Amino acid sequence: MFIAVIDYGSGNLKSAAKALEAASNNININSKIVVTSDPKIIKEANKIVLPGQGSFKDCCLGIKKISGLEDALNEFVLIKKKPIFGICVGMQLFARIGYESQETKGFGWIDGEVRKINNINKTLKLPHMGWNQIELIKDFTLFANLKNKSHMYFIHSYEFITREKDCIVATTNYGNSITVAVAKENIFGTQFHPEKSQKNGLVILENFLKWEF
Amino acid sequence: MLKNRIIPCLDVKNGRVVKGINFVDLIDAGDPVEQAKIYDEQGADELCFLDITASNENRNIILDTVKKTAEKCFMPLTVGGGVRTLEDIRNLLLAGADKVSINTAAVSNKNLVKESSEKFGSQCIVVAVDAKKVKENKWEIFTHGGRKSTGIDALKFVEKMESLGAGEILLTSMDRDGTKKGYDLDLTKKVSKLVNIPVIASGGVGNLEHLHQGIKIGKANAVLAASIFHFGEFSIQDAKKYLDSKGIPVRI
Repeated sequence: MFIAVIDYGSGNLKSAAKALEAASNNININSKIVVTSDPKIIKEANKIVLPGQGSFKDCCLGIKKISGLEDALNEFVLIKKKPIFGICVGMQLFARIGYESQETKGFGWIDGEVRKINNINKTLKLPHMGWNQIELIKDFTLFANLKNKSHMYFIHSYEFITREKDCIVATTNYGNSITVAVAKENIFGTQFHPEKSQKNGLVILENFLKWEF
Repeated sequence: MLKNRIIPCLDVKNGRVVKGINFVDLIDAGDPVEQAKIYDEQGADELCFLDITASNENRNIILDTVKKTAEKCFMPLTVGGGVRTLEDIRNLLLAGADKVSINTAAVSNKNLVKESSEKFGSQCIVVAVDAKKVKENKWEIFTHGGRKSTGIDALKFVEKMESLGAGEILLTSMDRDGTKKGYDLDLTKKVSKLVNIPVIASGGVGNLEHLHQGIKIGKANAVLAASIFHFGEFSIQDAKKYLDSKGIPVRI
């Protein structure tokens, strides 16, 4: 299997690629993991992982800056309908619009907005940083072998607010209920970092590698 | 519910751990990657490397250490020590660090915190504050590993750092560091209440009760310690079990 980790100048790609390698070793899947921004290589991939760090705006700009990347991703996801896994801001980019630093258009694959977490009159610290438990809302393929209320590692100040409630597959509590995993057909994303969530995170990556959509 | 974090810190010099865990079954006790793996297995919530390499020629060694650690440990890693430029930060992030802590340069070059948080995101910029008590209810910032006084008020400084875009404060009491007498709880509490970003308490841990106090009284979101874990006195699990027994939310 050929997995492309999308490189558009955002953050820690090495960790995502290495965690995918470890996950594929765990389940004895023969996979090739390539970090790339080349639309031609992306076309060839069976699955892609879209990481993301920094602001929504900068991530959007980073993708637009690379010629052909935005189109290649849209084609992969909407026309070829091959599996994609968005991590952190990578997931947020699925939204129609983001409001971090300025109003910016996302991919719009899932109807929703990305807004700052309500820190309830400054009683909560932001970023939401550290280990929090996730509530599994649905019985979902990518949560196989994962217990409800498993701990995952978070580091973000903005949240994905979607109108497509059916797409919400996991939430966590930080003052309010926050959407932390979304799924729609071939599209999957998590607000937390599976590549930083020790064993629990690797389980999700293993499930993604096994996922047949 | 968000859990309080326990963070073991390793001092690394020229690619070697300075005060390492004394475990008999460790192949190479001076190898930071081996030590990191142990903390990973013990369920540490994050890891922290403090690079204390003095000479500039050897400064790139830490990048190799970070790279190797990130290949083996799928957990959050903060790296600090000698971080002066945007390029230093970029290199550490590319090597596999999730957060970079800035100490002396946050004082000498205020633009660094602003520029780096804009460029890489606040979530990866930690400002490491070394503070010393100068009189009742007053603490000052010290730099260069606590040797140099700056005359800057610590409480004003942390507020400033938050407004410039810091995502977290790593707060070390220079009075308590190395004493095993516990954190400076007054200082920790004041800083924690003042800023809306997470605060890591550091400096002075000698037993597990000190960790408890840092969270309960100091209101810290995370507690950092070095020697109590390195010398095998307590494991990360011991610390978590103790905190759990005291009603502190931890990840077990």
